[in-house]
Amino acid sequence: MPAEIDIAHVARLARLGLSDEELEHYKSQLGAILDHAARVQSLKGEPVVEASHPLRLENVYREDVVVPSLDRDEVLSQAPETEDGYFVAPPAMGTE
Amino acid sequence: MSALHDLTIVEVGEKLRSGETTCVELVEAVLARAHQTEAQLHAYLTLDREPALAAAERADAELAAGEDRGPLHGIPIALKDNMCTRGLETTAASQILAGYHPPYDATVVTRLRDAGAVIVGKTNLDEFAMGSSTENSAFGPSFNPWDIGRVPGGSSGGSAAAVAAGSAFGALGSDTGGSIRQPASLTGIVGVKPTYGTVSRYGLIAFASSLDQIGPLSKSVADAALTLGAIWGHDPLDATSYPGEYPDLEADLDTGVAGLKIGVVKEFAGEGYEPAVEGAVGSMLDALSDAGAEIVEVSLPTVDIALSAYYLVAPAEASANLARFDGIRYGHRAPGATTEELMARTRAEGFGPEVTRRILLGTYALSAGYYDAFYGQAQRVRAALRDEFEAAYRSVDVLVSPTSPTTAFRVGEKTEDPLSMYLTDICTNPINLVGHPGISVPVALDEKSLPVGMQVMAPALGERVMFRVAAEIERLAGFDARPLLDEVA
Repeated sequence: MPAEIDIAHVARLARLGLSDEELEHYKSQLGAILDHAARVQSLKGEPVVEASHPLRLENVYREDVVVPSLDRDEVLSQAPETEDGYFVAPPAMGTE
Repeated sequence: MSALHDLTIVEVGEKLRSGETTCVELVEAVLARAHQTEAQLHAYLTLDREPALAAAERADAELAAGEDRGPLHGIPIALKDNMCTRGLETTAASQILAGYHPPYDATVVTRLRDAGAVIVGKTNLDEFAMGSSTENSAFGPSFNPWDIGRVPGGSSGGSAAAVAAGSAFGALGSDTGGSIRQPASLTGIVGVKPTYGTVSRYGLIAFASSLDQIGPLSKSVADAALTLGAIWGHDPLDATSYPGEYPDLEADLDTGVAGLKIGVVKEFAGEGYEPAVEGAVGSMLDALSDAGAEIVEVSLPTVDIALSAYYLVAPAEASANLARFDGIRYGHRAPGATTEELMARTRAEGFGPEVTRRILLGTYALSAGYYDAFYGQAQRVRAALRDEFEAAYRSVDVLVSPTSPTTAFRVGEKTEDPLSMYLTDICTNPINLVGHPGISVPVALDEKSLPVGMQVMAPALGERVMFRVAAEIERLAGFDARPLLDEVA
């Protein structure tokens, strides 16, 4: 169990704009859950191959054929803001 | 004489074909039942009344013209609201998707329609299927038809409540750590998590992609078999979809258990397990033994740390999957001067507490410096668990356990303590980690008149023997109790 969870850093990584009060609340809950989760570290022995598909499927490729895609207008109808067939978003970086 | 809404799919299918009822009458029966029960249960988020009646009229016309699509023809089915339905609101019970109308159907929706089923509505769930009680829905909880002061389980609690109450003849749910089997157990119905990769996840709003699997919630084992048979099969739109031969689900429903070896997982007992649950499972084991099965005890030591692994793997995958809810392309948007600010505000406003908690947990478990200790080690637990299960299946045909350590708990009882809620999945989540199938079958009522479910687990693609044992448990239990909702109403 790590001594300290940098909860503000984790929230930033997850793009969750939480208040200081909320951050404290989640931090204490995460601590309790991670104490329980840390029991996975009791598994000893040789490293094993990580689990993947239970039916042992390997990489799967589809046929390289063109198929119709979703209707653009129908897709864009669900967006909060669009213009000329594009999604609209504010600048990626601030202006300061 | 049972009301129409109390009958199974098999039973109403016979009435349809003998001309005793019509598809329109079936839809009217479930809509009337929903009208009667929804104020108490809140099983549905959306009822699609007029389109359902129109689909039923078409189904009747087809039958009249001799075109019979099979056992689901004209049968009203409900869908958990995390499966995309083109043009019909799909929310995953989250504010971040309120008002979202998908531009496409999930593969299971297409398959149900091709099989003639009528989709009557979208059922309530824990937000993004994260929870075990349906109390995490952004649109308010669902309640258990057996006692409306109690939860129906979760996360497919709306589907379970609808089927148990008769406001749908069957439903689909999704099961990431027990979210079909546990609510089925808590509401006295049958619930199946099939082998990972057998039911397409295309159009299922992802929670944890290596664990999620769609399956049926039904009033009987036979109904579950015919519903699963209609929805499963290879789908090129899901890269994890199994392309090989699928088992025959109905071949052994009447075969019985004579000669089978049934393993009892000894780790699924003891502290935290209610005596009534252990008693009901014990009585069923005696009955199975009398019916000719050999009962043996099996130990799967890694099961004790499976829950810990689950609560690392599932949130880690969720934190990645839910990155798509960014306020740009669909769903809720909060204002922001930059894209990052917009995203952070949108997500803080749009996600409820449990989803936020799991995204934080998963982000932490995947972050630099902690990856090996948490996520990497959890994956090793998963591999060790799979080895143990596969070793067990070399000496037994199926494994059994309680589905849930307790019967339905009270609304609000576990909401303040996330870990206590997580522990309700202790019997169900190990097989999600290994990808194997499981089914919950009701076996008894406890002293509070709440249903107890028993879980049957089988190796990957072992559904045929799993349904064989489940059908015998159903026969031996003779569980025909129905919730007393009418008296409450």
